[in-house]
Formats: sequence, structure tokens, C-alpha cells
Amino acid sequence: MIGGLFIYNHKGEVLISRVYRDDIGRNAVDAFRVNVIHARQQVRSPVTNIARTSFFHVKRSNIWLAAVTKQNVNAAMVFEFLYKMCDVMTAYFGKISEENIKNNFVLIYELLDEILDFGYPQNSETGALKTFITQTGIKSQSKEEQSQITSQVTGQIGWRREGIKYRRNELFLDVLESVNLLMSPQGQVLSAHVSGRVVMKSYLSGMPECKFGMNDKIVIDKQGKGGEGATGQSIAIDDCTFHQCVRLSKFDAERSISFIPPDGECELMRYRTTKDIILPFRVIPLVREVGRTKLEVKVVIKSNFKPSLLAQKIEVRIPTPLNTSGVQVICMKGKAKYKASENAIVWKIKRMAGMKESQISAEIELLPTNDKKKWARPPISMNFEVPFAPSGLKVRYLKVFEPKLNYSDHDVIKWVRYIGRSGIYETRC
Amino acid sequence: MEWANQLCENRQFGSKMTDSKYFTTTKKGEIFELKAELNSDKKEKKKEAVKKVIASMTVGKDVSALFPDVVNCMQTDNLELKKLVYLYLMNYAKSQPDMAIMAVNTFVKDCEDANPLIRALAVRTMGCIRVDKITEYLCEPLRKCLKDEDPYVRKTAAVCVAKLHDINAQLVEDQGFLDTLKDLISDSNPMVVANAVAALSEIAESHPNSNLLDLNPQSINKLLTALNECTEWGQIFILDCLANYTPRDDRESQSICERVTPRLSHANSAVVLSAVKVLMKFMEMLPKDLDYYSTLLKKLAPPLVTLLSAEPELQYVALRNINLIVQKRPEILKHEMKVFFVKYNDPIYVKLEKLDIMIRLASQANIAQVLAELKEYATEVDVDFVRKAVRAIGRCAIKVEQSAERCVSTLLDLIQTKVNYVVQEAIVVIKDIFRKYPNKYESVIATLCENLDSLDEPEARAAMIWIVGEYAERIDNADELLESFLEGFHDESTQVQLQLLTAIVKLFLKKPTETQELVQQVLSLATQDSDNPDLRDRGYIYWRLLSTDPVAAKEVVLAEKPLISEETDLIEPTLLEELICHIGTLASVYHKPPSAFVEGSRGVMHKRLPARTGSGESTESPDVGTAAGGSAPEAAPSIIPSQGDLLGDLLNLDMAPPTTSGPPPPTTGMQMGGMDLLGGGLDSLMGDESEPLGGDIGGSPAMGAGFGAAPAVMPASLNAPVGGGLGDLFDLGGVGMPMGAYIPPKIVWLPAMKAKGLEISGTFARRAGVIQMELILTNKAMSVMTDFAIQFNRNSFGLAPAGPLQVLTPLGPNQTIEVSLPLSTVGPVMKMDPLNNLQVAVKNNIDVFYFSCQYPISMLFVEDGKMERQVFLATWKDIPNDNESQFQIKDCHLNSDAASSKLQGSNIFTIAKRTVEGQDMLYMSIKLSNGIWVLAELRVQAGNSNYTISLKCRAPEVSQCVFQCYEAVLKN
Repeated sequence: MIGGLFIYNHKGEVLISRVYRDDIGRNAVDAFRVNVIHARQQVRSPVTNIARTSFFHVKRSNIWLAAVTKQNVNAAMVFEFLYKMCDVMTAYFGKISEENIKNNFVLIYELLDEILDFGYPQNSETGALKTFITQTGIKSQSKEEQSQITSQVTGQIGWRREGIKYRRNELFLDVLESVNLLMSPQGQVLSAHVSGRVVMKSYLSGMPECKFGMNDKIVIDKQGKGGEGATGQSIAIDDCTFHQCVRLSKFDAERSISFIPPDGECELMRYRTTKDIILPFRVIPLVREVGRTKLEVKVVIKSNFKPSLLAQKIEVRIPTPLNTSGVQVICMKGKAKYKASENAIVWKIKRMAGMKESQISAEIELLPTNDKKKWARPPISMNFEVPFAPSGLKVRYLKVFEPKLNYSDHDVIKWVRYIGRSGIYETRC
Repeated sequence: MEWANQLCENRQFGSKMTDSKYFTTTKKGEIFELKAELNSDKKEKKKEAVKKVIASMTVGKDVSALFPDVVNCMQTDNLELKKLVYLYLMNYAKSQPDMAIMAVNTFVKDCEDANPLIRALAVRTMGCIRVDKITEYLCEPLRKCLKDEDPYVRKTAAVCVAKLHDINAQLVEDQGFLDTLKDLISDSNPMVVANAVAALSEIAESHPNSNLLDLNPQSINKLLTALNECTEWGQIFILDCLANYTPRDDRESQSICERVTPRLSHANSAVVLSAVKVLMKFMEMLPKDLDYYSTLLKKLAPPLVTLLSAEPELQYVALRNINLIVQKRPEILKHEMKVFFVKYNDPIYVKLEKLDIMIRLASQANIAQVLAELKEYATEVDVDFVRKAVRAIGRCAIKVEQSAERCVSTLLDLIQTKVNYVVQEAIVVIKDIFRKYPNKYESVIATLCENLDSLDEPEARAAMIWIVGEYAERIDNADELLESFLEGFHDESTQVQLQLLTAIVKLFLKKPTETQELVQQVLSLATQDSDNPDLRDRGYIYWRLLSTDPVAAKEVVLAEKPLISEETDLIEPTLLEELICHIGTLASVYHKPPSAFVEGSRGVMHKRLPARTGSGESTESPDVGTAAGGSAPEAAPSIIPSQGDLLGDLLNLDMAPPTTSGPPPPTTGMQMGGMDLLGGGLDSLMGDESEPLGGDIGGSPAMGAGFGAAPAVMPASLNAPVGGGLGDLFDLGGVGMPMGAYIPPKIVWLPAMKAKGLEISGTFARRAGVIQMELILTNKAMSVMTDFAIQFNRNSFGLAPAGPLQVLTPLGPNQTIEVSLPLSTVGPVMKMDPLNNLQVAVKNNIDVFYFSCQYPISMLFVEDGKMERQVFLATWKDIPNDNESQFQIKDCHLNSDAASSKLQGSNIFTIAKRTVEGQDMLYMSIKLSNGIWVLAELRVQAGNSNYTISLKCRAPEVSQCVFQCYEAVLKN
């Protein structure tokens, strides 16, 4: 299991050091600093073995988090734990920065004591932790409160406490998708997938039993056999994963998504689709080398969705060679700039409706070099945001039942929003 | 500490007051000040002080002096303060065990507290204090807490049992905690179950045969029920534990799989991977024609693909595991090639792993896409990645025959880029393509030859030379090309030298007329001017072959080569099976069994996949771990391969292991068989090939002949095998008590600089008739060294290790180990220069290192070396005077008797003594382990510290060495 956990600043100075196992000594702290943080080469692996001690690290801005062990631990678990640790810290004091860590070191030690026991991760749901690890220090609880805390921390519904009350029962569902594309210069889709998340923000009283439904092909087809007749389109989900509140065995058996949600925000599910993806934009590149010192670039983008919808925050990034000396750009729409520090032409368009087309052309002057190596021609990448789900996913219902309290599904105010963003959306040129 | 000071300034300038201020220091008298604050009456001040102490502790300062003062703050109802004090205690209790006792009372009291959080805190902390006296006090509270009414306390107590077991295993067993822990598996609270499982699994690891977990269908059922209810971490503990179970039959296996599959949809990647592990393992037991089997296979692919959308670090872990899964069950992911395409922004470690998997998945169906991708990658920035991509193209060609042509043309395109490392990498793989598809793509050779000059890496140069040699008949100027390499022969690496040697011999066999000179040149370069034993051996072999039977040479050198395999880098099947049982863990990331990187008893247990069994039969061995666990610890270190393998391994030559069974041949001529082989060979070579060689190697055949004459004179009785103690017995009373044999002091043979941190020093000794090489191995590197093995090159007296190098424990950094290696004299023979030179190869987990050392020939002097007087006289006369050599030993102050007894200690026997005109004449005989006799006459003049020694021997080469021994023995 995890033998120790260290947090370093960018210089390699220790901010937090907590050792859980006897086989980890203080020298482990230095070994990681010397071999990884101060290493001359770029880090080639997130797992490093130094003298039979294994170090797992993740980096958040300038901060290094390292877990240390001498045993054959579950590596995936260690990384999941490190991410969780970051989440918990962020939930408590915001951004993970050197200053915040120093300002909260007592709290962090307290958290580390609670969520990792002898190197075994324990309940690390912020909802539960916040009930008894408080920054205010002393909090005298009544006996009932105490047992409530402990039963929540260890309980089956560790993510939600009892007795929550809201005057207005309300819930928000965000379907957030990132669409990823890799396209060849000839316009052939090399790979495309959507990774989506359903984020739920709920303000519901009591212990509400929820059921979530979407246009999952498997479910719709099943119902279709029943004679109801499927309405609208259904989508094929390659794979999905759920928040721990969702009853997985029920999903496995009936493909129904039922759960008692944590209070506040949670990521209910993640999914991935690869079939019938609506690609919101197409990028058509044209790069011509004119002699050794000049490049002509023409890029056309075409929007491919309903004309009534508006895409926002569109940004096209056209890489330029390292020996670029000057760039002249002409674009019909938006603004384009050559950013020498980023070796790219960045073309920004605030809004663009569906079924439109826009074009940019640029002349790139090159310095003559005798560098033998050819320019690698990185792909043209694109960023955007569209108000629909590129996977075609639709929320069909989210039903809420709370048998003990007297509010019904109809009383709950529900909001659904779809946002499609670009993930890695690249076209090779 | 710099930042602490900066913060101090910030505070002075009135920035906001936060916890970071505790990191400030007021250098002098700091401890004193803190002490005062800790003893302050004001609660707030106390707390502040403790915070400062913890901050100092974090940055590595020693604040143990404050121990009693901090412990005094323990009695408080402020939970935050209490936790800080506990944190301090956990850190320093071990260094202050006596004072730690002060804390016991508070712990015991806290364990009775009304607040379950405090009870749990106390028991959790107590388990972390590794002081014997405290652990004694821990037992009672722990017993209570294990049965506490509150699940939070129970789940904490369960882990505490594992902590206590780590400190004092016996105590845990004696107190019966293990049984209580087992009971907790049936607890009503899922988290208690999960922690109990985790604790038991850990304890079971150090007792491989205890069957502690006692997994049976009932307990498995309990675990599967808890699986649905506990936290994500608990699910991991339970799944990892389940993976150790072996179901009774395929039905049980299937029902467990059915209950585990829902976990594949968990958001936590570790839960998914652990579930995959259980499924991969239990699937082994399912019949392949079962419907469920194929359903399961289909279910495994999507979650594995989903893992690739996790954070990069997890992707890396997932990819390393997918690499194993693809090797074990390629069908699972065969349609998922696209998801392994590299993204421009992937971290390099993800890119390299994806590339590996792409090659494994490449097939006829997807090869076009794969190739297009690989070509794209070959233009990226990262050199390692580009190289791997280029190599991957070659591997595709070898794997998918239909694509070979396209691959070759892609590689040619890449060669046109003239990017140095791309060209080199391409040439290396093209060589393999030639081997896989002979006589198909040779048209590209011309293009390759154009790039000859740009190759600066040994591997690429060697590959190119191989190509030139292999296709010499098609390359018009092959001789010129190879000759150009020959100019800098000595600066090339061994790999290139060996390849060049072979290539030129091939060329010679193909175009004998115009390349005779070239082949002679390379043979003499290889055999005479090189220090490398491999090269010389290979040179001699070719030489002999060419000179004795050119037809045979052709058959050997130009033999049809076996086809190279399609899959490279495959993990060996038994290791793969073991690694599949470790999916998700570090072992699966390193692709090494846990025993390779875990110290001590933990993880040495070898896991293996279950065998498939029908429903009717039941497996006899209940637990996978226990079955293999028993013998594993002993088996682990014996990785040292047998001598024969090692020889091939180290010296890279397919020589047969030294098989000398039965007594050594009775004549010295035969004893030096190796030399005879060379001598004879060279004789004939000189005769019919070339004159200039004769002079250079003339020494050997002459020597061979010299030995050949010897046996006629030698009395038969003297040819007894080495080490017969008979002569010893007879002579004991002869010339006083023999002193111990002379042992030269140890010197450094292999400096750490030359051997990646391994330093070897040593000496040779002869003890009780056994020759020993006494070595001191020192690890001056940062990492642990293991898997030591040693091998000698052929040498003048056939010295060879009589057993493996006994370095059983890994050698840690800065550790030193002394080993003595018994030597035999029945190894292969080859004359060395100097005669007593020994070339040694030592291998460890890092590399193979070569060094040479010289041994004192005195260790070869056998115990039955005392000659009969008459025989001595006759032999002395018989040996021609040309073979006599005289030496002076200066500054020796021993009298003749002392000298004689000293020499006898080293098996130099005085046969007679004569005194002529105040000068003592000592006649001595020596017998070497290979049967060579050396006769000596030592003249000692009273009052003169200079001795004169005359040596007579049929093999006069040894005289110099023998003289050195006299000098060494007499002067020490």
C-alpha cells in the first residue's frame, strides 16, 4: 500500500510530508527531488523506481504530489487516489498552489490522516468529510450528530447525509460533451469520438430516489419491441461509467440508471460514443510551399449544424514553422493574428451560425535555414462551443421519488442544458 | 527554507495572517522559545506553538527535543490540537521510546471516549507508534474497538490489526486478533468488511501458507454482496482479494464473473482494472464454446477503451496493462486499433506505449491505416518516439506480409528525408525485412549504400555491414565499401567489428579472387590487434575454417538463416500469466514480477492463472498463492543460468559448454588441447595460405610441439590428476613445516567508473588444494544489483569457475560483498599473453562487464609436485640448455632454509640441497596443474641478499611467470 505521501513546490522543497509505513524513510523525500523534480531530462514516466522504491507522481500547476511505496501496490488506485486528493483539497481551499497549501497545512495533515489509513484509501467524499473535518477546529457535536457522521462516513450512502431540506426542490442537468476528431488532409476521418459527461446539480430534500433516462439505443430498442414505438433517434453508447451512487448491478441487468444523488454537484455519468457523431466543423487546409522561403496557407472552415444554432468561441490554430520571419493574414470573418511565441496563427471568431463557411489565407515568409530536418507540420487544431450534443444524446427524463417527504416528481423544477465543446479537434495538413 | 523566510517578510509587511506563518523561523533560540510557548497557559498559544513544531518537522528539522512539551499538550478536548500532537507522536515516538510511554494513558483514555471519532483517532494513532512498550498497551483497547458498536471505530480497528501485525506478528496471533478480523468479514457494514479484507490480504501475504483468508464459496458470496455497497476504494480491496481465489469449477467461475462485470462501468479506473483482472483470470476456467465466454470477451473491450480517456497517468497504467491483455487475448481489442492512435498532445510516455500496442494489433485488415499513422509519427519531434515509429514500420512489414512492399517504400521515403536518426533506424529494420523476405527487396540496396557515410550508430553500421556482406555478389563495390569500414576498425564497437569480420569473410567466399588481401587483413586485425575475446575467437574460427576446408566454410558461413519470428518483444508466457494475475498493480506497470522490485517476503509469492476444470472435478489446490508459494522463496535467487547458457550469453558465441568428464588426458600435449587446435590449424594455414602470418603466430605451434615431446620423459606416476594429496602426505616431514601459500593482496580489477557502479577487486589463492578466486564486489551505484554471474574466456591453463558466483542477496547501494569462487582447471585452453592473463566477464542485472587480471602462477602449483631425485636429475639433463633461463632476485634476506620452507608453502618443493663454497644450492621442482614440470636451481650466498635462480622447463614460456612467483613468495 501507499507508504508515504509528499507534496513539493516547483523547486522541490517539501510542503507536506506524511509517512504511513515504516519502510519509507526521510531519504525517500530527497530521492524523488533529486531524481525526478531536478532531473535534467523531461519526465519519461509517471512511475519512477529509485532503489526499489516506487514513486507515483502527478503535477498540478507548479505543485508535485508524490505517493511512495515499496510494495506491489495497485497502481491505478494510487493515481485515482492522488486525483481524489487534489479534488478534496480543491473543494476545501480552492486552487492547489504553494500558497494555499502552506496556508492550510494543518488541514491537509488532518485530511491525510482521515482519507489514508496505513496507506489504504478511506472514504474521500468531500460531502462526508466536510461534516467532521472543519476548518473552524472545535465543533462539539451531540451524540446523535456523532453517530450520524460515522454512519455516513462508513455507510452505504456515504455521499449523502440525512435530513437535508430545501424550500424549493430544484435540479440542473448539464450534458457536457467534448468531441474529438483527427482528420486527414484529404478530409478523411481518421478517428472521431465524443466523450461526454452528465453533470447533475441537485438541491433536493431528504433521500430522493432518482431515475435517469436517455435515448440509449439499447433501451429504446427494448421498449420498441414492447410496442410503444421508439420516437426520435437513439444513439449507440460505446461505454459508460457512473458515479458511485448509481446502482451498477441494476444498470447491468436492466440498463436503468437509478441512484440517490449526493447533495450539490456530482458527475453522474461519463460516456463515449463513436457512431453517427455530428462533427460541428470541418477544416479544409491547403498548404503550398513556394520555394524554400515561403509558404502559402489557405484554411476553410465549414459549420455543419442547424442554421438556427450559433457556435461560439471559435478558435483555429494554424501552426507555422519555427523559422517563420513574417506572416500576412487575410480573413473574411473574425480576427487572426500571428503569435510568434506560440509558432501559430490564431484565428478567432466570436460566433458563427450553422451551415456557413469562412476562410483565411496567409503568406508565411521563412528564414532560410540549413536545418536538415523537415518541419513536422503539426495538425491544425480547433476550439469551439456549440449548444447541442454532438453525440446526439437526449435526456428523456429524470424522475425523482421521495416517499417520506411530501413532494412529488412534478414539484421538482428541472433544467437541462447541452454544451458541446471541442476536445482534441485536429486536421492534419 | 528560502520560502519560509520570504513568508516571514510577507508577514512583517502586514500581509494576511494564515497558517503559512508557522513556517517562519527565528533561527536562534527557536527551540527554547517554542518550549516556552508550548508550556503556556493560554490554549491558543499552545496550539500555535504545536503548529510551528509540525511545520518545522515537515521541512525536515529535528524538533524531537520538544517531545515532553508537545506530549503535555495531548490532554485536550480540542480535536484539532489533539490531531497535531498525534502527528508529532507518530513521527518521533520511535526515537524517544521511553518518553512515548507518557502518551499511553491518554491513548487508553481516548479509546474509551464517548465520541466515536476520538476513539477511532486514538486506536488509529496508537497503531502507528512503533514502540514495543506501547504496542503492549494497545492490545486491550484494540480488542474493544474491534467490537465497538460504531462502524467507524471498527473499520479503523480492522486496519490497526494490520499495523500491529507489521510491528509484532507474533503478538497479533497470540492475542487472537486474526480470528476477530476474520469475523469482521461478515460485518453488517460494507466499509468494515472492505478494510478487514484489506488487512487480512496484507497479513496473508507474509504468511503464504496460512490460508488466512480462507476463501470458500460462502465467504466469496459475502464479499460479492459487500462489493455492491462499499466505497470505490473498498471495491478495489475486495476485487483484488477475489482475484486470489480459484473457483471450484466453471459454473462458480461464471457466476462470480457475472457479479463482477457491473464493476466495469465504475467511474474509478482502478475499480475497472481490478474487475478486469478478476475476469481475465476466471475466464481461463470457462470453456471456450460457452456463449457466456464470448459475451464476456465483448464486454471487456469498451471499458478498456474508456480507460484511455482518463488522465494521462492513468492512461499510462492502463496502456501498460492493455499491452499485457493484448498479448494474452488479442481478440478482445482487435477491432479497436483507432483508439490507440497517438494524439499530438499526449505525453511522451503515453505515446510510446500506444505505439507498442498499435504494432501488436496490426493486421492485414488495418495495416493501411496503421502505416499512414506511423509515417505521420516519423516526422514528429521527440527522437525516441520517431525512432520507435520507424522501427514499428519495419515490424509491420515483418508481421503482415501483404504490407511489406508498402512498408519498404515508406521506409525508403523516410530515408530520403536524410534525418540522421531516421535513416539509421530505417536501415536497422530493413535488415530484418531482408531476412524475413529473402530475395525480394534487394533492389533498394543501392539507396541504402548512398547513406553509408551518415551512419554513426553502431547498430545501424552493423546492420549496413551485414547487408553489404550478405548481398556482396550484387554490390559491385562491396569490397571497397567494406574496406572503407576497415580503416577505423579499432575505433568501432564490438558489434560492428564482429559484423565486419563476418561480412568480409562472406565477401571472400563469394568473390575469392579479388578479396584475399582484405580477408587476411581483417583476420589479422581481429586475431592479433584486438583485446576482445569474442572477436579473436570468431577470427580464429574463420581462419581455421578457411584454411582447412573452404567448402565447409562456405556451408557454415553462408548457411541458410532461420526465419526471424513475426512477433518481437513478446513477454515470456509464464511471466505473462503471472503478470495477468497482477493487472492494475505496479508489477503490471513494470512488466516484472513483484519479486523483482519488492523486498522481503512480500510479493515473492508467484501467482498463476487457474487451469480450466470441468464442473465435475474439483481442484485439489484450494488457493493459487499457496500452491506455488511454498518453494518460491528458494527458487527466486537461482536465476543464474547454467554455465553453458551463460557462456553463449556473455561471449555471444555458440560454444559448447566445457564438457570435461572423466580424468584429464594423460599427456601435457593433450592437456593443452586448445592450443594444439590453434597451433595445428595455424600450421596448415601458414602452409597453404600466406607467409606473413606465420611469423606472428609462430609462438603457438612451437609451443604445441614442445609439449608434445614432454610426455615421453615424464614418469607415468606423475600424471595423476590435479590435487591428489598423496604426494603431500609423503613429504610432510621432509623440509620443515610448510607455511601457508602466498596470496597476493587484493587489487582493484574493475573500477566502478567502467562498470556502471560495480567495483570488483580481488585476488587468487590456493587453499587446501583448491584454487579460489576471491572477489570483493562493491556497489557504488544508486540502484540495487542482482543476478550476478561470472564467466572466463579461454585461458592458458584452462581456468574456469567450478560453480556459479554465489551472490544470493541483492547488492544494495554502497554495499560490499566478499565471495570466493572455486576454480577448476578443466576449462577450454588458449594461450594468452601474458601467459597468466585471465579475461573475465561479470554479468549483473545492469549489464555485462569485461576485465582482465593476472593470476600468480603459483596457485597452479599442485601438491604432488615433488619429484624423485633421480627423475629430477635425468629430467634436468634431458631438457635442452636453450630452455634454461636465469633470473636475479634482489634484496632478499632469508637464509636458504627459511626460503625453502616458505616456498614449500606455495608447493615449490626442495628436493636436494648442496653447499658449495659458502653458497647454498637448492634444487626444486614444481608441477603445474596441467602437468608441466618446472625445475629450479636457487643459489643463496650467505651475506648476499641477491639470489640467483635458474629455471628449466620444457615449456619455457612459463619461466617468467614462475620467476615472478618466486619473487613474490620470497619477499612477502
